[in-house]
Amino acid sequence: MPVIVVEVMPKAELLDPQGKAVAGALARLGKNQFSSVRIGKRFEVTVDGQVDDALLAEVRELAEDMFSNSVIEDVVSVTVTETAPTA
Amino acid sequence: MSATTSPADTVSHAAATPEKEQPYAALGLKPDEYLAIREILGRRPTSGELAMYSVMWSEHCSYKSSKSYLRQFGTKTTEKMRKNLMVGMGENAGVVDVGGGWAVTFKIESHNHPSYIEPFQGAATGVGGIVRDIISMGARPVAVMDALRFGNIDDPDTARVVHGVVAGISFYGNCLGLPNIGGETYFDSVYQANPLVNALAVGVLRHEDLHLANARGVGNKVVLFGARTGGDGIGGASILASDSFSAGGPTKRPAVQVGDPFAEKVLIECCLELFQQELVEGIQDLGAAGISCATSELASNGDGGMFIELEKVLLRDPTLTAEEILMSESQERMMAIVTPSKLAGFLEVVKKWDVETSVLGEVTDTGRLIINWHGEQIVNVEPRTVAVDGPVYDRPVTYPTWIDALNADSASRLARPTTASDLKDQIFRLIGSANLADKRWITNQYDTYVLGNTALSFPDDGGMVRVDEESGLGFAVATDANGRFCQLDPFQGAQLALAEAFRNVAVTGATPVAVSDCLNFGSPENPEVMWQFSRAVEGIADGCMELEIPVTGGNVSFYNQTGDVPIHPTPVIAVLGVIDDVAKRIPSGWQDEGNNIYLLGVTREELDGSAWSEVIHGHLGGRPPIVDLAGEQRLADLIRYGNEQNIISSAHDLADGGLAQALIESALRFGVGARVWLGEILERDGVDVATALFSESTGRVIVSVPREDDVKFQGLCEGRGYPALRIGVTDSRDTFELQDVFTASLDELRHAHRSPLADRFGPTIGV
Repeated sequence: MPVIVVEVMPKAELLDPQGKAVAGALARLGKNQFSSVRIGKRFEVTVDGQVDDALLAEVRELAEDMFSNSVIEDVVSVTVTETAPTA
Repeated sequence: MSATTSPADTVSHAAATPEKEQPYAALGLKPDEYLAIREILGRRPTSGELAMYSVMWSEHCSYKSSKSYLRQFGTKTTEKMRKNLMVGMGENAGVVDVGGGWAVTFKIESHNHPSYIEPFQGAATGVGGIVRDIISMGARPVAVMDALRFGNIDDPDTARVVHGVVAGISFYGNCLGLPNIGGETYFDSVYQANPLVNALAVGVLRHEDLHLANARGVGNKVVLFGARTGGDGIGGASILASDSFSAGGPTKRPAVQVGDPFAEKVLIECCLELFQQELVEGIQDLGAAGISCATSELASNGDGGMFIELEKVLLRDPTLTAEEILMSESQERMMAIVTPSKLAGFLEVVKKWDVETSVLGEVTDTGRLIINWHGEQIVNVEPRTVAVDGPVYDRPVTYPTWIDALNADSASRLARPTTASDLKDQIFRLIGSANLADKRWITNQYDTYVLGNTALSFPDDGGMVRVDEESGLGFAVATDANGRFCQLDPFQGAQLALAEAFRNVAVTGATPVAVSDCLNFGSPENPEVMWQFSRAVEGIADGCMELEIPVTGGNVSFYNQTGDVPIHPTPVIAVLGVIDDVAKRIPSGWQDEGNNIYLLGVTREELDGSAWSEVIHGHLGGRPPIVDLAGEQRLADLIRYGNEQNIISSAHDLADGGLAQALIESALRFGVGARVWLGEILERDGVDVATALFSESTGRVIVSVPREDDVKFQGLCEGRGYPALRIGVTDSRDTFELQDVFTASLDELRHAHRSPLADRFGPTIGV
């Protein structure tokens, strides 16, 4: 079944305390080649049926309104994959 | 993203291009304010200077509409009020001597508008901001509390705001490891699109650890430390706090900030170590208006000059322009003044705490705040013109056209219950109404006992924390405001808030010593709002003078409105009290059977503006209850004396909901029932049963007294001439009986009292 994948990231301008914590942990492990880490969310929405442009548009709208908090987050991508996620 | 390629707008460029049009209006400046800036500088401001002036001259930072009124807090004082005040108005937070070489600093501040846009982060950063004010005084933060106002409890958007705000406060405060020791929560549709989130923090310090934030000593280094600077909340200070946020504003940057409590915790410890090792001259927190505020205020409070190289600010987002760096409100940042000889030691301490630091510049004797950006001068101003001598408005004040009609519409015309079944029904409706209901759905999400010094917290009348573990010395704090009373009469309403907070502290056994206030009002450009504001400030200043406790600081929040409708005036008053030994605190609930229950004070027919008039009749009108501050003082003295004599086993303040609410809260506090009769109140005070139960007359407290101390207690009240009536006795049954009206099990009452919030917002945790 087709799966719509939505990715949401904290707005680039805002502090991402989680990402900052992981970046700090990397540095403490001696992994100095990384300058920053930002952590976002990924939604996998399995569709019962076909994905068309209208449905994609609807999911994009849902992503803007419901999956993300538009005050502090951006929806960075909405894509389709045919692979069902592993249960 | 803004362009980074355009050349900086330098001072010389500004002087050479006087005709350049500048977006002052979009930044919240009025045309005459912009002209005033041009006059001060003798040229047009650079874009960096415009950014600084616009945020610092905003209502939020400059207090331009309120300043002329707030002066009363400084002028209406007595010798006694100044005696224990170590630091008064105008610093980051007021400091009060509490004896034994200890001092307590506290302040309450609003974070209203951000908490509507993004409730979680708005409320969280509100806690973070007030805590940094406390740190900058050299104190260790030891407690927080919050005064909250939300919209109608049944409006769907209210749940969004409530969940976000409460989670934000608990997240930030719990992560920081600070106990939340109380506060208050109200629901009213006037706050629907404009909730109030007023955060209070208390800190403790030894006298010798007191520090003031100023930039003295030519050649001393100006150091920025803490989190990196990003694009958070740019323009938040001016655009959010100065005007309706629905208008949007010109910025593409987010108007909110994201907080990191773990970074703040490290900052607390780091600052305390810097103070302790005497490595800093002063520390200023960065809040609204960020670097613009910190540099101009530090310079104004010190020798007057400062030189900054702005490109040395460590950035999280390298695309930020100089103007954005000046305005950024990124959280968890501090600015320190360090003598060059101590800089190495300073850097060692911040390194130990893994806090990023950059030396931005130094203190000068030029009398100018000069900021360079990659070698080019982009700001050259006299700092006082930015931070201190901003515009002061004497805004038009008009007596509201509607208020006489409102005052004439007394609740005395409303039908009062007379039958036992109606009385019982209304009591249950009241204790189960949004504003009188138990608030543990909220407060159970807060850590109350962390640090191990909490002596009292919700649902007691005030929070209490031990300061000195050996002597038991402690403080108590309570916050109060009744917006409905203030709508009826802002002068009296503000004094009622003061009287209630004072009484709430007194019933814990502490002696009230100081006040901090957070004044939440509508738009100052509305002359009727300005009238409300002027009356409320006068009420507080006069009231504090009469009680002889000083206002030590606080904040003003204007432009609180839903659509065009201003909120009810909501001057939240926080009263701080001192107690010699927290072991001698007075509990708010009954604990032992066979104690006599006394009502102190007189009940008048004062139902106007009451919870009863709101819940039963949806009515607001008439005149608020009479305030008798001298009486409150006598009541506080009586309770303190009775407590010293060990003859009071509990004391609980009467306020919203009147006697009925206070009795039921006293029973539910520890699950101890009672039998109560009203006959003597009706006879002595000449009131009907509904008035006896629901009137909100002030100066009243119920106390429980062990039977063996009864004679002593009666003698005490008689000797001090304070009216007291024995109205009941506690018993061991799990029931509450109001003679001739009803008997109910405590379970039944508890259910009615605790359900409202859980029914709307989900299960209560940790019941």
